[in-house]
Amino acid sequence: MTGPLLVADDLHLAFGPTRALAGASVEVAPGEVLALLGPSGSGKSTLLHCLAGILTPDRGEVRYRGTRLDDRSDEARSRLRRNDFGFVFQFGSLVPELTALANVALPLQLTGARRRAAEEQARSWLERLGVADVAGKRPGEMSGGQGQRVAVARALIGGPRVVFADEPTGALDSLNGELVMEEFTAAARDQGSSVVLVTHETRVAAYADRSVVLRDGRLTAAPAWA
Amino acid sequence: MTGGIRGPGGRVRRARRALLTRLATRCLVTAMALPQTLLGLLEPAPRHGYDLKREYDARFGEQRPVKSAQVYATLGRLLRDGDITVVGTERVDGPDRTSYALSAEGVTHLERWLAEPEPSTAHLQSEVYVKVVLALRSGRPAEQILDAQRDAHLGVMRGLTARKRGADLPTTLACDFTLFHLEADLRWIEHTAARLHRLAEELS
Repeated sequence: MTGPLLVADDLHLAFGPTRALAGASVEVAPGEVLALLGPSGSGKSTLLHCLAGILTPDRGEVRYRGTRLDDRSDEARSRLRRNDFGFVFQFGSLVPELTALANVALPLQLTGARRRAAEEQARSWLERLGVADVAGKRPGEMSGGQGQRVAVARALIGGPRVVFADEPTGALDSLNGELVMEEFTAAARDQGSSVVLVTHETRVAAYADRSVVLRDGRLTAAPAWA
Repeated sequence: MTGGIRGPGGRVRRARRALLTRLATRCLVTAMALPQTLLGLLEPAPRHGYDLKREYDARFGEQRPVKSAQVYATLGRLLRDGDITVVGTERVDGPDRTSYALSAEGVTHLERWLAEPEPSTAHLQSEVYVKVVLALRSGRPAEQILDAQRDAHLGVMRGLTARKRGADLPTTLACDFTLFHLEADLRWIEHTAARLHRLAEELS
């Protein structure tokens, strides 16, 4: 595919009187790791949720692989998120009743894979991310860094075209955060997944191929007189 | 023993050389942006050297002190290069005072300097601060100076982060040292960006 994989074009979105997006536009290329930087309340998480089809903008378009995403039905967008997208959130969002192995195998089972085959793949992802030893543990029995690595494995196991990561290292200390980012971006690049990464930490954004900065719901620009 | 390089005299000479190096570096850094700073201060209206020095001292002198002779020498170079012109001479209770004005070429040079991100140095903040103050005083969008600086820093940080991949620990730690300093610069940039309106009010 040539051209951008994902496009946000002049997005506007308000929550009551609060304007979250005010003309935000951005493109994500296939295989690109893009960081959305900005202070709290700048609209970066809202932009990520619009790109992922979780939120619908009041105005503007989101296009995925050349076709509109924002005007699809809830069911069509859910299907897209299950088949094409992966997600990593700040606190992992793992299912607390399931073991690490079962959590990672879950996306494959939801798309019809048999449990044994799914768990075999899940085990290989846990090994790749250096957390094979927690395969039988539940989220409450893991450290923050282990939990985030399991969450990364779960996001990548289905071979998504895009992984959306919202402050994936926000709950980790500096060193663990960097280790998770190193493993996350390396694995995503290896399988050709694009990554949209929301963060307020510039050292985390430095793992991306490109960074854009949001302020007051739109992207900042280079000096007009330069 | 007084003259040997390894004796007490040698230590004194080494300490003196280190001090001179520090002073020379400080002068170099200060002198680096003085021409552009004077251009920025001259932009609103013509003025003479004494006035320029006074405003420089009031706004930037504490962080980046300069001597009167440096100011006059710099004005001489700016005049020679066509960045400023002489618009008049007056005498007020003492020697003649020459008034200078910014030329069109001077405006071009000032704008080029304002738009260009600085390399990371220990003096980055004061350098960027000078640009922000001058932009606010002239009604230019100061946030774009901060945006350009942020972009440039992030580019350097991406390069250092890529260099860390597969590197040995000494290289990784050396890269981390610079990354943490760049991060601190970027935090200052964010704090300044969030308070630009208040800074503009206080400067007006």
